[in-house]
Amino acid sequence: MPKDGGIGAATPRREDVRFLTGNGKYTDDINVRGQAYVHFLRSDIAHAKINGIDTSEAEKMDGVIRVFTGADFEAVGSIPCGWQVTDRHGEAMQEPRHPVLAHGKVRHVGDPICAIVAETYEAARDAAEAIDLDLEELPAVVDMKEAVKDGAPKVHDELTSNLCYDWGFVEDNRAAVDEAIKNAHHVTTLELVNNRLVANPMEPRVAVGDYDRSDEEHTLYTTSQNPHVIRLLMGAFVLGIPEHKLRVVAPDVGGGFGTKIFHYAEEAFVTFAAKELNRPVKWTASRSEAFMSDAHGRDHITKIELALDKDNNFTALRTETYANMGAYLSTFAPSVPTWLHGTLMAGNYKTPLIYVNVKAVFTNTVPVDAYRGAGRPEATFQLERVVDKAARELGVDPIALRRQNFITEFPYATPVAVEYDTGDYNATMDKLTEIADLSGFEARRKESEARGKLRGLGLNCYIEACGIAPSNLVGQLGARAGLYDAATVRVNATGSISVMVGAHSHGQGHETAFPQVVADMIGIDASQIDIVHGDTARTPFGMGTYGSRSLAVCGSAMVKATEKIINKAKKIAAHLLEASDEDIELADGQFTVAGTDKSVAWGDVTLAAYVPHNYPLEDIEPGLEETAFYDPANFTYPSGAYACEVEVDPDTGKVTIERFAAADDFGNIINPMIVSGQVHGGLAQGIGQALLENCAYDEDGQILSASYMDYAMPRADDVPFYSVDHSCQTPCTHNPLGVKGCGEAGAIGSPPSVVNAVLDALNAAGHDVPHLDMPLTPSKVWDAMNKGA
Amino acid sequence: MYAFDIERPTTIADAAKALSGEAQALGGGQTLIPTLKARLADPGTLVSLSGISEMQGVCMSDAGEVCIGGGTTHATVAAEATAYPALAETASHIGDPAVRNRGTIGGSLANNDPSACYPAAALASGATIITNAREIAADDYFQGMFTTALDEGEIITEVRFPVPEKANYQKFVQPASRFALVGVYVAKYADGVRVAVTGASEEGVFRWTEAEAALTSNFSAEALDGLSVSADGMIGDLHGSADYRAHLVKVMTGRAVSAAA
Amino acid sequence: MTQVSMTVNGKAVSGDAEGRTLLVQFLRETLNLTGTHVGCDTSQCGACVVHVNGKAVKSCAIFAAEVEGAEVTTIEGMANADGSLSKVQQAFQDHHGLQCGFCTPGMVMSATALLGENPNPSEAEIRAYLEGNICRCTGYHNIVKSIMAAAGQDTSKIAAE
Repeated sequence: MPKDGGIGAATPRREDVRFLTGNGKYTDDINVRGQAYVHFLRSDIAHAKINGIDTSEAEKMDGVIRVFTGADFEAVGSIPCGWQVTDRHGEAMQEPRHPVLAHGKVRHVGDPICAIVAETYEAARDAAEAIDLDLEELPAVVDMKEAVKDGAPKVHDELTSNLCYDWGFVEDNRAAVDEAIKNAHHVTTLELVNNRLVANPMEPRVAVGDYDRSDEEHTLYTTSQNPHVIRLLMGAFVLGIPEHKLRVVAPDVGGGFGTKIFHYAEEAFVTFAAKELNRPVKWTASRSEAFMSDAHGRDHITKIELALDKDNNFTALRTETYANMGAYLSTFAPSVPTWLHGTLMAGNYKTPLIYVNVKAVFTNTVPVDAYRGAGRPEATFQLERVVDKAARELGVDPIALRRQNFITEFPYATPVAVEYDTGDYNATMDKLTEIADLSGFEARRKESEARGKLRGLGLNCYIEACGIAPSNLVGQLGARAGLYDAATVRVNATGSISVMVGAHSHGQGHETAFPQVVADMIGIDASQIDIVHGDTARTPFGMGTYGSRSLAVCGSAMVKATEKIINKAKKIAAHLLEASDEDIELADGQFTVAGTDKSVAWGDVTLAAYVPHNYPLEDIEPGLEETAFYDPANFTYPSGAYACEVEVDPDTGKVTIERFAAADDFGNIINPMIVSGQVHGGLAQGIGQALLENCAYDEDGQILSASYMDYAMPRADDVPFYSVDHSCQTPCTHNPLGVKGCGEAGAIGSPPSVVNAVLDALNAAGHDVPHLDMPLTPSKVWDAMNKGA
Repeated sequence: MYAFDIERPTTIADAAKALSGEAQALGGGQTLIPTLKARLADPGTLVSLSGISEMQGVCMSDAGEVCIGGGTTHATVAAEATAYPALAETASHIGDPAVRNRGTIGGSLANNDPSACYPAAALASGATIITNAREIAADDYFQGMFTTALDEGEIITEVRFPVPEKANYQKFVQPASRFALVGVYVAKYADGVRVAVTGASEEGVFRWTEAEAALTSNFSAEALDGLSVSADGMIGDLHGSADYRAHLVKVMTGRAVSAAA
Repeated sequence: MTQVSMTVNGKAVSGDAEGRTLLVQFLRETLNLTGTHVGCDTSQCGACVVHVNGKAVKSCAIFAAEVEGAEVTTIEGMANADGSLSKVQQAFQDHHGLQCGFCTPGMVMSATALLGENPNPSEAEIRAYLEGNICRCTGYHNIVKSIMAAAGQDTSKIAAE
C-alpha cells in the first residue's frame, strides 16, 4: 500500500485551498503601480495590403499615451518559430517573417495592426476607433487545397508559394508502400477532416510588461506554460534582451492545453513598450480576442489507405495530409503534423510498411499549433477510423481485427522511426472489455431501441509519444531548443525543502504530486516540501509543461537532484554517526548505521549542513542544495483502449454520450486521483471535438464561430460520468520513476470511439454511412440519415 | 463599452420620462450588456428598470389571465406562474440559473431575439403586451427579427397571458449559445390551438397556421402527419441548415403536443 | 463617476464607479477581490458568478450601480467563520473538483446556490444547473461528484477515483 502522502497516494491537492477561497494569483490579478493599458486594433479583414495608417486623431485623445504601428517594430526581430522541418527533397521549410505588429499586409482576421497604450483600457479602445486605416482588401486563401494551387493568392509575397513544406516520412519507404498497396488483397481508403479547434483555457491570455531603469531589468508577467521558453525566444530572437536582464513570471495559470506554450506578439509588445514608455503596460485578452489571437489546433485534411492481406493482417499504410499552418508559423507549428504525427502512424499495430506525406500550408487564418495531444490525436483519429472502416468492409469484429494486428513484443521499432519501450495492448483491451461492460451492450441497445433511440458502440486504441524528449533526437528532427528539464532541490537548515522546477503547472497539481515523490524518497512528510515554479528568476532553466512531460522529464530531474541530496546527506550522517558512508541507510527520515540502532534524524543532518561545527569540511562543502538536468533517452509511450456508447435520436440526429470507458497504461502512477482527473478532462475535450467544437471560417476568411455563442464548449450536461482505469501498468524503462505521462491521453484517445459509435448506431439501423466528419452535429447526423452522407 | 450614465428610476412614470431623450432601457441586461461590451450600442444613458417595484411580480387578473410585470425575472416566473405551468416551465429553461435571476420578460420581449423563448410563449398564448402607453396584442407585436411594435422609449410594464387548457414548449437548443435552434410553443385554448415557432425563421417568431388548423380539429401529434414546413425563409447556419430547421419545427411541434398538459 | 455602496461578504463598502463599471470590475479593481474571474465576454462561462441578495448572478452582466445597497457574496466570503472550507469548498478539494482553478469560484458559487434551492439534487439536476458554468479542465466528472458529495450523497459507486 502506498504510504499516505507518498508515491501512489491519492493526496488531496494543496493548491486547491487557495483556488477554492479566491486566493489564487493569476496574471490578470497582477497590477503594477503606474501601469498603462494596451488595446490591439486587429484586422477585421483576412488579407489586405496596408496602404496607410493615420493615428493622428487617436493620439490626441484623452488618456492616450502612444499609438504603435508595425513601423515601430522594423528594428525588432520576428516572432520566431522553434522548429525547422526539412522537406522530402532535403530543403528547409519556407519560413516567413512574423512581425510583432502587422507591417505591409494583414494576413488573418485578428492580425494586430496598431497597439494603443492609454491610461485606461476603455480610453485605448475609444482611440482605436479614431484610427484611420487604409486597407486594400486582397483575395483570401482559406481552403488548403486551393491555397497550394498554381496562381493562388500568396499569404506571404516573399515566399515562392503557400506551401510551407512537403514532408515525406519515411521517404525511403515510399516506393515499397506504393507497391504493397497496389498488390494488396484489400485496401480500405478514407478521406477525412480533423476539425479546427480553439483550445479555450478558461483564463484568457494576459501579459504585463515592466521595466526597471535602476538595474535595466525587464519583467514580463504572462500566462505561460513555460516561462523559460518565452524568455529564451523573446529575449534572444525578438527584442535582443540578454537572459540576465529579462525575467518572465507566470503565476497561477488558468489552463493552457498547449495554447499557452507559444511566444505571442502581445508578450513582446508589452515588454518592448514598457521600456519605451517607462510605464508598465498591461494587456488582458477578451474571449473574443482569444478566438482570433490564440493559436488554434488540429485542422488537417487526410487521405489514408490501409492495405490488408487475405488473413486481415495490416501490410501497409499510406497517408496524405494537408496541415493548416495559418498565416504565420507559431512556435511549434511545423513539428505538430510531422514529428508528433507521422511518427505515431504505426499506432498499436505491427504494420510493416508506412509512408506519411504531409503538406503544410499557409492560409489567411489564425496560426495553428499544438493543442492537447498535438499531432497524436490526428494520427490516432485517422488510423482508428480506417481500422474500423476496414472491419466493417471485411465483416470482421473490430476488436478482433485490432488484437490480431497488435504489437506484442517490446521493445518494438516501428517503421516510422520510434522505438516503443513497453506496452501491453491486449491487457488494456481486456481491461476495457471489463470496465465498459461490452458484453452488456446488446441488451442496452435493445433497451434504447425500445425507447425509439439508436444505440451504437465504438472503440479504439491509441498510442502516444510523450515526455518529449531526447534533445539529440529532436535536434536532428529540427527542434531549435533542447527538451530536457531541470530541478533544484534546496534543503533548508531545518529540513524543509524547496524544489525549484522548470515545469509549470497550469492545473496538473504539480504542487501536490511533485512533493509526493521527494517525500517518498527521503521519508519525510510531504508538507515539508514546497514546489517553486513559474518564474525564471527563481527556477533553473527548464522547458516547461506540455506534451505530458512534466513528471517524466522534470520529475526525473527532481529525482536525480534528490538522489544527489541524499548522497551528500548520507556523508554528513556518516560523519555525525562516526560510521562509513556505505553503511548509512535512509528510511522514514532517519539515517541509520546498517545493522545498528545508531541513527540521526533528517533535520539534524540538514542543520549540520548549515551549521557545520561538527562537519567533514575537508571532504564536502557545507549546505545542501543540488541541481540536476535530465534529458531522457527516449519518448515515453502511454497507450490504451477506449469505448464509447451513444444514443442517436432518429428524429433530430442528436447524439448523446451514454457511456464512456477508458483503460490506460501510464506506467507507474504518483497520484491516481490527479491522473483520473487528467483523463476526465481530456475525454471531455475529445468528446467536444467529436460532437460539438468547430472553428469554422467562411470563404473570405471570417471566423464564423468566434465566441461561445457559436463555438460549442462542452457543458456538464453534454457528458456522462466516465469509467476510467489505469491499473494496467507497464512502467517506462528509461526514466527513474517509470512514469509515462497522462495529460493528453484522453483527448487523443476519445474522438475516434465517439465517431465509431455514432456510425455503428447509424449502420445498425440500416443507414449506410461509411464516414462523417467531426463535429457530428445533430444537423449533420440527421442529414446523413435522411440524405446520405 | 462606450461611456454612459445609468439612471435608476423607481416608478414607471419616471422611467418613461428618463427614456424620452436619447436614453435606452436596461432590463435584466443579459443580452444588452454583452452587446455593450462589443461596442455594438452607444446609449449615452441607460435607464435601469430593475428598481421599479410596480413592474415586478406575478398575479392573476379578474379575467383569469396570468399577469407578469415587465421587470419580473425568469426565475420568478418559473417559481410563481403556477397558474400557467407550461409558461413557468418555459421560464425555468431560459438561459442558465444566473441569467434567470437577472433576465426579465419585458427585456426579452422588447429585444425579440429570433431564438428567444418568450416570444414563442407570448405569441402562442395570444398574450397582451402592456406598455406605459397602450396594450398590444402579441399577433401585432412581433414584427420580425429584433423588431417589435414598440416605439422609442416605450416600456413593457406587464404581459398578460390567457391560461390555456393545455400547453407545452419544446426547445431544441443550439449547442453553443443554448438559445433555441428551434423552439415550438403549443397552446390549446377552448377556441383553438395556437402554435408559435422561434429560432427557425429569418423573420423571427411566427405562427404555424397549418398546424394550428390541424391541431384544432385533432389535438394529437398524428394530426401533423400530412403537414410539412417549407425551408424557404428558414435560417441556415453553422448549426443547422434551413431544411433541418424546417424538419425540426414539425418534430418539436409533435413533441409539444404529446407533452402538453 | 458616482459613488456606489454595498455590503460585500458582510462588510459595508463603497467606491467610485462609472455607469459602465460592471460589478466584476468593481470587485476586482476597486475592492481588490480578485477571486471572481472573467472568462468570456458573452456572459456564458460563469467564472464570474457571485451572489447578490442570495441569488447567483453573473457579475460580468450587471452594473455596479445596479447593486447599490445590495448584499453581495463572493468566493472570498464562502469559507466558514473559523476560516475552514465550507461544505461545498471542502467537497471540491476532497473529490478533485478543480484543476486550474479559474472556473472554480463560479462553480462553487453556483453549486452553493443550487444546494440552497435544492438540497438533494440528482446528477441530472446538477448537470442542468451548471449550464452557465464552463470548465475546460475536469470534464465535469469530479465537479458533479463534488456537488453530490456536498449534498451528503454516497458517491462511492461513481466510477473511478
